[in-house]
Amino acid sequence: MGLLAISGSLRRASYNTALLRHAVELFAAEGAELEVYCALESVPPFNPDVDAEATPVAVGLLRAAVAKCDGIFFATPEYNSSVPGALKNGLDWLSRPLETNHMRNKPVAVIGASTGGFGAVWGQAELRKVLAAIGARVVDGEVAIGHVMNRFDEDGRLNDPNLEEEMREIIRDLLAEIDDRSPEPDTLAAA
Amino acid sequence: MTTPTQTEALPDGVWAADYVHSTIGFAVAYMAGTFTGTFSEFEANVDDGVLKGSAKVASIQVKDPNLGAHLQAPDFFDAERRPELSFVSSSVQRDGDKVRIKGEITIKGHTEPVMLSGVITAPMADPYGGTRFGLKLETAIDRTLFGVSWNNPLPNGAPALSNDVVLTADLQLAKKD
Repeated sequence: MGLLAISGSLRRASYNTALLRHAVELFAAEGAELEVYCALESVPPFNPDVDAEATPVAVGLLRAAVAKCDGIFFATPEYNSSVPGALKNGLDWLSRPLETNHMRNKPVAVIGASTGGFGAVWGQAELRKVLAAIGARVVDGEVAIGHVMNRFDEDGRLNDPNLEEEMREIIRDLLAEIDDRSPEPDTLAAA
Repeated sequence: MTTPTQTEALPDGVWAADYVHSTIGFAVAYMAGTFTGTFSEFEANVDDGVLKGSAKVASIQVKDPNLGAHLQAPDFFDAERRPELSFVSSSVQRDGDKVRIKGEITIKGHTEPVMLSGVITAPMADPYGGTRFGLKLETAIDRTLFGVSWNNPLPNGAPALSNDVVLTADLQLAKKD
């Protein structure tokens, strides 16, 4: 099983991206492979005219990565009480065409971190709303990591076992959602 | 006034909906008006006095393709996992041309009891050499009981979409040999 990880932050030392790197180990422990997508910054501003004329290469690569993955694990900061613009921009590209986009029925989960105390809860809620609107299968549950600058050990892992267990729980829920979506063996045999 | 009885409920025999001349739809209050849609693929039949019907979620017809896509998503009907809505009757009461049909409706994997009410016409000879009768039914459901709970707030904070949805079935049922 292969999943994509997308961070809402472009910052080089992003805590949310660091969470996703840590999540790679947690997914591996569950028998799944998580690949961290690192090219969000190269995606140009969403413009349907451009999409109709010649889809930008970066957009094509993003769409291809989403098409081939079994699910997506998002970690996002919160900018001005909402989803970071670059992430929303990427989702706008991914949402088209709405009837057939690669996000449709794709199992996704959202976590978030902030240097403040609330762990990007509003940004996460906005992100879940956007993901649902474009057809994704959004896993219930939230991991909100506040004061994130104090949450990592020197190896880049979460230093709070309770938070790590919350991460493991939402990862298991996401993987279960993917399992539920997989065709039954009888269906495969009949195909 | 006659007492409604089960025995004079639906005509005996097997009857199937004439697809072209029948309609299954829904109506829900949205902002300042009513939003409506129909299902272009459905089946309905009466067999030994039992009404059964089903409609394909993928066949929902609305006027905006983006909205149509949203209705197929897990946010609404979840067509991938729950491709059909269905109904089966458990009892029928009739008083003249008025009919009340009790049964269960299943939407998005949730089954709830409902009461359909409406009118029924007497069987009549149609121009195709067959016999048919009409059923015009409706019921109101709370969509949130079926896991269809999407909403967005209006500027005043009130929800844009009502939870109460009216389901309608306007059926012409033709007798099968």
